[in-house]
Amino acid sequence: MNPDFLLGLVGSVITLVVLFEMLRRHQLREKYAIFWVVVALAAIVVAIFPRALFWAAQVTGVEVPTNLLFFVASFVLLVVSVQHSYELGRMEERTRTLAEELALLRMETQDLREAARERDA
Amino acid sequence: MVIPAWNEVCTVAEVVCEVRERCPGVDVLVVDDGSWDDTVRAAGSAGALVCRLPFNLGVGGAMRTGYRYALRQGYDVVVQVDADGQHDPAYLEKLVAGLVDADIVIGARFAGEGAYPARGPRRWAMVILAKVPSRLAGQRLTDVTSGFRAANLRAITVFATHYPTEYLGDTVESLIIALRNGCRVTQVPVAMRPRAAGRASQSPFRSSVYLLRALIALGLGLVRRWPHIPELPPREGC
Repeated sequence: MNPDFLLGLVGSVITLVVLFEMLRRHQLREKYAIFWVVVALAAIVVAIFPRALFWAAQVTGVEVPTNLLFFVASFVLLVVSVQHSYELGRMEERTRTLAEELALLRMETQDLREAARERDA
Repeated sequence: MVIPAWNEVCTVAEVVCEVRERCPGVDVLVVDDGSWDDTVRAAGSAGALVCRLPFNLGVGGAMRTGYRYALRQGYDVVVQVDADGQHDPAYLEKLVAGLVDADIVIGARFAGEGAYPARGPRRWAMVILAKVPSRLAGQRLTDVTSGFRAANLRAITVFATHYPTEYLGDTVESLIIALRNGCRVTQVPVAMRPRAAGRASQSPFRSSVYLLRALIALGLGLVRRWPHIPELPPREGC
């Protein structure tokens, strides 16, 4: 096994350990963890069986196998970033709606409180 | 009457007082968009209802809150006025009168009344912004970025559901949404007063950025899909 692949193996194992620890401490939700676990496992497979990468490069017609690795890796990161932007936008829309509803409710409770005070007086 | 206000402590009380003086029968709601100055107290002591957003959402957020309030409280007309004092409440009646044959009436400068200086890219942006909505509305609209508008129940229902918060989305895009939901839009010429405080961006670079953002807001308004609004009241008058 050459050192590059050993590096990949160590990195993937560390990733898995960190993910496990974060899940254990409730710092990461399963739906996000699953994706990264799959990525880490794929990296481990490539590290242990480098032939899989060479084979994939041959099949796709990529001359330098590491280029295929870089391409796939950056594409995966791009997809994840876009997905996160989407989630962020959805969260913003939801917090906005909540803030608006909160403001209206705050005004309503104040009105009710004042009305109750007048009635009592 | 809904007034979106963000850190407008110097002008908001004056605007509220002026409206209450001129139109005594009108309920005034100031939506405070997370100001950190004394806007809330100033507006409240001037006699307005004040709705406080917990943090800054942008004009769109403040306006949607206002329209939601109006819809739930059963108002049939909402007039939107800026808190910086550039809109003259003297035109209020004229705006509301325009609602007899439209769902939204815009108080527009460049419509023959008043003088408001605008040149270069900012002016071009305004021309382009005028052409497309005019076409959709089947009406000449010269000032779609105006924050001085009257809306009837149909328009209130649309705006209570969809009111973008992006810069320019709150004026241009919201209007396109209303048009695409079958609202009729007209305008009434008004003279705008120079801003009592604050200033509009006028440097060529900022004007160009403004032009670009205007085009983006316009384009998105035209191509976006908006979820259907279930209980849209039927058209009134004609």
